[in-house]
Formats: sequence, structure tokens, C-alpha cells
Amino acid sequence: MIFKRLAGRVVAPVSAMLTMFFSASAAAEYELNMTQGVTPISRELYDLHMTVFWICVVIGILVFGAMAWSILNHRKSKGAVAADFHESTTVEILWTLIPLAVLIAVAVPATGTLLDLEDTSKADVNIQVNGIQWKWKYKYLDEDIEFVSALSETSRNAVKDPTGVENYLLDVDNPIVVPINKKIRFLFTSDDVIHAWWVPELAVKQDAVPGFINDSWALIEKPGVYRGQCAELCGKDHGFMPIVVNAVSEDDYQKWVLAKKDEAAAVAASSSQEWTQTDLMAKGQEVYNKACAACHQPTGTGIPGVFPGLAGSPIATGDVKDHINIVMNGKTGTSMSAFKGQLSDVDIAAVITFERNSFGNTVGDMVQPSTIKNLR
Amino acid sequence: MSTATTTHDTHDDHGPASGLMRWVTTTNHKDIGTLYLWFSFIMLLIGGSFAMVIRAELFQPGLQLVDPQFFNQMTTMHGLIMVFGAIMPAFVGLANWLIPMMIGAPDMALPRMNNWSFWILPFAFTMLLSSFFLEGGAPAFGWTFYAPLSTTFAPDSTDFFIFGVHMMGISSVMGAINVIATIFNMRAPGMTLMKMPLFVWTWLITAYLLIAVMPVLAGAVTMMLTDRHFGTSFFDAAGGGDPVMFQHIFWFFGHPEVYIMILPAFGIISAIIPTFARKPLFGYSSMVYATASIAILSFMVWAHHMFTTGMPVAGELYFMYATIMIAIPTGVKIFNWVSTMWRGSMTFETPMLWALGFVVMFTIGGFSGLMLGIAPVDTQYHDTYFVVAHFHYVLVTGALYSIIAAFYYWVPKWTGHMYDEKLGKIHFWWSTIAVNVLFFPQHFIGLAGMPRRIPDYSLQFADWNMISSIGGFAFGLGQVFFLYIVIKTIKGGKKASDQVWEGATGLEFEALPSPAPYHSFNEAPAVK
Repeated sequence: MIFKRLAGRVVAPVSAMLTMFFSASAAAEYELNMTQGVTPISRELYDLHMTVFWICVVIGILVFGAMAWSILNHRKSKGAVAADFHESTTVEILWTLIPLAVLIAVAVPATGTLLDLEDTSKADVNIQVNGIQWKWKYKYLDEDIEFVSALSETSRNAVKDPTGVENYLLDVDNPIVVPINKKIRFLFTSDDVIHAWWVPELAVKQDAVPGFINDSWALIEKPGVYRGQCAELCGKDHGFMPIVVNAVSEDDYQKWVLAKKDEAAAVAASSSQEWTQTDLMAKGQEVYNKACAACHQPTGTGIPGVFPGLAGSPIATGDVKDHINIVMNGKTGTSMSAFKGQLSDVDIAAVITFERNSFGNTVGDMVQPSTIKNLR
Repeated sequence: MSTATTTHDTHDDHGPASGLMRWVTTTNHKDIGTLYLWFSFIMLLIGGSFAMVIRAELFQPGLQLVDPQFFNQMTTMHGLIMVFGAIMPAFVGLANWLIPMMIGAPDMALPRMNNWSFWILPFAFTMLLSSFFLEGGAPAFGWTFYAPLSTTFAPDSTDFFIFGVHMMGISSVMGAINVIATIFNMRAPGMTLMKMPLFVWTWLITAYLLIAVMPVLAGAVTMMLTDRHFGTSFFDAAGGGDPVMFQHIFWFFGHPEVYIMILPAFGIISAIIPTFARKPLFGYSSMVYATASIAILSFMVWAHHMFTTGMPVAGELYFMYATIMIAIPTGVKIFNWVSTMWRGSMTFETPMLWALGFVVMFTIGGFSGLMLGIAPVDTQYHDTYFVVAHFHYVLVTGALYSIIAAFYYWVPKWTGHMYDEKLGKIHFWWSTIAVNVLFFPQHFIGLAGMPRRIPDYSLQFADWNMISSIGGFAFGLGQVFFLYIVIKTIKGGKKASDQVWEGATGLEFEALPSPAPYHSFNEAPAVK
């Protein structure tokens, strides 16, 4: 009964304040609140989020209101004399049971949503997502398409001064393209440490765990470009492995699939050509900056104790077979991943050639793409 | 025999030994409490300076001050230092000072172990901090050190971290044993369990949590060690292990750990609010039961930190239900504190301000905690700044606020001097405004999609990050000001009365002078 009396006096002004706050901020809502997203699940999550939020607001108003009332009125300076009550079984049972009822009321819809969220059956498109320090590899299981997607060069070059850079840190060189209105199932795993693939508007956040496969799904209802980031600390460049999902119509998706396959065929063809040292060096520098510089550093110095340098290193100046082997197959138990799954024959040949003839290394030899092709 | 008796008779009078050796060899609970409190203050400033580096780098988008590897070292060490170096030792320090005085005991039950459990800590943290100077730098895998980032992919200094964690674990377990032995064996006649002050109760329960989970942490780091060096594959799928198992083990320690850092705070607040409301604590026994329920539930909810790891849906449902259940006993506590204030006769000295700040802001942290407990929505919250905001509301404006409240409340009893009331109030209002400027916007950027533990961010998060950083610098400055207040109070100040506060109850206020003598209660006091 004390609360009833109080509610009348406190709720009105507080709710007025809250309304003001939220309507004032409605214009810039994207900065303050969770996205509603573009999938049925993302909207369910948003609704559930707002329900729980408003429950918390109401409880907050009651509790803080009672506190405020008490602080204002029951103070010694106003001549308040302390009462002596210090227990009431009825009240205590009430404020155990009422919250219990509220929690059950929340748990029911939450259970339904969770069951929907976890139902990955009957998917139309299946995409395997591999987390790799610090990029994503996508494999379209139904289409034989496979590519690596990493931070765009524009963002990478802007870290010292990103002013005005569009989609800074949320842009990639190679976005994934998916059809709208289809159930897309993502299967997650990792080549090295644990990553988490998160695109807020798709309401998909799932850990990519090395040696295990997790899955999640999205049905995108609106064409558009949806951006996300890795959400699990995965080492040095955890903040620099964004995700871009390009959701398009079914027709456009089919066109993209064909184009992507042609692209792959062209890349495969280029590995039979004979390359000149100059071309390999130029291509190699490009590949190095994209795939190697994050650890080995742009100048090949590495980070002592964390990532070995390449300048004068025994591998980069020694037997070319060992060099090819470590680039293609990686080094177990370290961050050095197996690049044969990430780079084309030309890329690997070029980057090895580049590494052997840069940073003061002067081995002088070169590796042809055909050599790499034969080693696959 | 007779000589022995004589020396014993004069025992009452000896004060502390002089010089530095007093602190090295002391077995006195007050000296050791002081050591713990100073240690935790130093750690607060060190961990705080790491936070300043983090907030400075995040002040604007782009990488200006530190490289990402060092940034990760900062977030990792900030977490480790604050959890294990600042908050936990501060509570042990308060336990040392207060538990014997509150239960009418002359000292802690195991004084030599008490000395040892403190003196391990400076070595543990020297070892941990020395890792900054090793090749490869300090651990950079987050305070939660998830495998395999912390095993296969970690710098060499990880072994220093592992050994440091072992040492602080041993220290915590010894401290906990001491608390339990003291409370069960050394209460004054008439001090039945259900008459104990809540601070003693909450610490008793905390001590059991410590003994239960610190060995689990020790197990986790030992498995890391053998994975790193002795060919095991606990956390490596290639050898038949499971990286997610690491998280289960870690959080089986980690979730009770967060209650280790908050239960003693409940005890402190339950002492302060009745004093300044001049009214007995509402629902004493329900407070005891609520504390015990929270402690028991804390063992059954760990995987709510892992909703995105690919748990089976049945597991997610169970952990969601169990987690949101915690809102009930926690709610009981909040309601009890508000009811204690209701129709009291309140005054608002500094300790009361910090306690009220605790109740309000801890509740805000509790609300976001409830939201995070809803498993499906956690898909969007998990590993974002929303989580960062949540646990800083419960740890900074929760645990740390209670520690500061405890300082202001009991320091007149410890030193015999009142702190400067005006400065204390400035400290409170400055910190409270700053801490909300610091952490409240982090709810927004988290919901808007900013992941945690990133050294740089997309431009749409820029405004709130800058505001948050400004709050951070202001809050940091406020705690340097606190250092000044602490020193000033120790050096002098208005003389405190024996009861200190008009409404204060309990043996430390009613049966001991201010300052409390070096040896208190050579004869057991009478307990009403």
C-alpha cells in the first residue's frame, strides 16, 4: 500500500522525463538502441529486448521512486523520527512472488524465440564460414565457390586518420552475396583461435571454434548491405576483421554466382602462365600487404616474441622448398596459417618471391605459379 | 611458568614493533588489514592507469597512441589487476580489520597464515606485471584468457601469468580459511550465528565460494600450462580436446568469482544504511538467506557467459532460467535496503552517499544483467560494450563503491580521526557524475553494435566514445583525489567519538574506543 500511494506521486514526472528523453533521441536512434534488423528473428529479438527494457524501467521507477520519496521525506533534518519496524513476512513473500511471476512472463516468449533462433533446419543456401586471424573465408557449399574476405584497403590505410572514410573498419575487399527471402544457413568453424561472426541486422552472432562446427541462420527480407565485425577477442587485429553481407534478389544472386565462378576459372588459368620476376614482385607486394603484413609487419620486422620477422630470417633466405612449405601448410601451434586454402597459386608464388627479395633479403630466386600448382 | 604468566600479563600493552619489520613480520589483523588495503589501492591506481590508456586510445577513431597488441595487453592486465589485485584484496583487508572487531575476537584465528597470505600477493603481482618487460609483452588474451588464444597462440610471458594466478589463488584460499576459522571459533559468547553482522555473514559465505572455486581456476591454468609445454590437448581439438571446455571451467570459477566480489559489498551496505537511517536493517534473516541463495545459484549459471558458443538449445534454456532466477534474491536485497530507509530518520554523511549510490547504480547493473540473461537476446548483447557497461556498473559502482563507502564509514574507528566531510562529499559527487558519463553511454554504443576489446572503431561510435573517455579521465582523477583524502585522514582530523556515528551499532562501535587499540577484546565483550 505504501508503494501504491507513492506510485501516483512519482511515476508521472519520471515517465514524462523518460518520454522526453526517448522522443528527443528518436532522430538518432541508431546510435542509442539495438537495431530492429532485417530478419524475422532480429525483429523478435528487438521486441523481446524492448519488453525486458520496459519491465526494468517500471521496476526502476518503483524502486528508485520509493528511495527518492524516502530520501526527500524521511530525513532527520525534516524532523523525521525513525520507525522501528524491521520485518514483515507478508511483504517479503510478496516481493519474492511478484518478481517470480514477472520472470515467468518474460521466460515464456524468450523460450519461443530461442527455439526459433536455434532451428537451422530446411535451409536453402548453406555457407561455411571459417574464422582465420584476421579475415573470414567463405565457402558456398551448394555452389563450389570459395573466397577470403578481409578488411578493405581503404580502411587499412586510414587507421592513422580515418576522418571521413566511409564505413571505416566495416568494409571488406570481398563481400559475401546472398539472396533475399531464402533461409541461409551459416556453418562456423575456425582455423586458429575462437572468432565470432556477428552481423547485428541479421541477428546472427555465433562463435567460430577451431575443430568444431556451429550453425545459425538468417532469412533476409530486405535487399541491402549489412555490416558486422568479429565479436570474440582473437588476437592483435581482432578489431580489424569486418563482415559485409550483400543481400540481393534471387536473379542478381545467380548472376553473382556465375561471375564468381568465371573469376575462379580465370585465376586458375593464370597459374599456368610463366611470370616475370618484376610482375611477381609487384603482385607479391600487394599480396604481402593484404595477407602477411598484419603479423610480419609492412617492413618485415615482425613483433619480437610474438611474430617472427622475415628480414634475414632462415626461412625467407634459406631453401625455397621450406619457404614454400611453410607458406602453403602453415606452422602448427602458431599463428602462421596454411595459406594454400586462402591464396591462389599466383598469390603464393608472388608473395614468396617478394619475401625472398625484399626487406634486405637478396636471395634472387623466384617461384613460378606452376610450381605451387603442382604441389597442391 | 611464572615468567610466562608475567609476559602474558603485559601482552595487552604492546603496540606494534617499530620500523619496516613491523609490516613484514606482523601477525596483527589490523596491520595486515592495512597492508591489504594499501596494496589494493596501489593496484587500483595501476589498473586504473591501464584503463586511462584504453580510454585515451578510444578517445577518437583511428590508432593514435598504442598499437593493437599493446592495447590488448592493457585490457587484459586492467581486468586481471582490478579483479585480483584491487577488488578482492580490498575486501580481504576489510575482513581483516572488521571481522575480529565485529564478533568480539582478539585477532584472526590463524595470524601467521594471515601474514603469509598477504605477503604472497606483492610477489604474485610483481611477477604478473614484470611480463610487460619480457619479449612478446604481457598477456594479451583478455582477463578471461580463452584457449587457444591463451595457449597455442600466446606469448611466452603467459607462464608468468599462470604462476602469478597460482600464487594469488593460494593467497585467496588461505585468506578464506582464516575467515571461516575465525568466524566459527572466535565469536564472543552470545554472538550466535543469527546475531552476526551481515558483513560477517556475507564474508563467511564468500569464503566458502573462494575455497570452492579458486582451485578450479588453478586447475584451468594448470591445464593451460600442460597444453603449452607438456604435450597435453585439454583445449586443442586436434588432440581430442575442446576449446569450449576451457570456457566451461573458467566460468565455473568465474561466475562465483563475480559474487565473491559483490557479497561482501552487500554486507557493507547492510551496515551503513541502517546506521544513517537510524533504523534496524529490514529483514535481517531474509538478507542472510538471500545471500546464501545467491551463492548457491552462482554455481549453477556459469554458461550464461557462453550463449554464443554453440551450446545445445536445452542447455541454453536451462542456463537462461537459472540465471534470471538470481534476480529474485538480489531483488529481495534491494527491497530490504529501501525498506530500511523507509520511515527512517536519515542523514547523508559521506558513507551514506556512497551506499545510496551503490544501491541505485548496482540496481542499474542488475537490470542490464537481467537483460543479458535472456539467452536469445544475448545474441545481440554478447561481447559488446553493453556487457562492458553492465559489469562496470556492478563492479565499479557496485563493488568499488561499497569499498569506498566502507572506508569512510570505518576509517574514524581505525584511525580515531574523522575524514574531511566536505572533501568526502566532493569525492562522491565528482565520482558519481564522472562514472555515469563514463559507463552509461557504453550501453548505447554496445546496443548500436560496438564489440568490446577493440582498439579502434567505426566512425558512428565516435561521439559516445569521446564522452565516455572524458568521464573516464574525470573518474580517474577523482580516485587520485581519494588518495589525498585517505592520507589526510590518517595524518589527522577531528577526533572521532567512540560510537563515531549517532546511529551506529555493533561491537566495533559500542565496545571499542576510537581508534581501536592495537589488540582489541582481550576479554570477550558482552553481546546483547
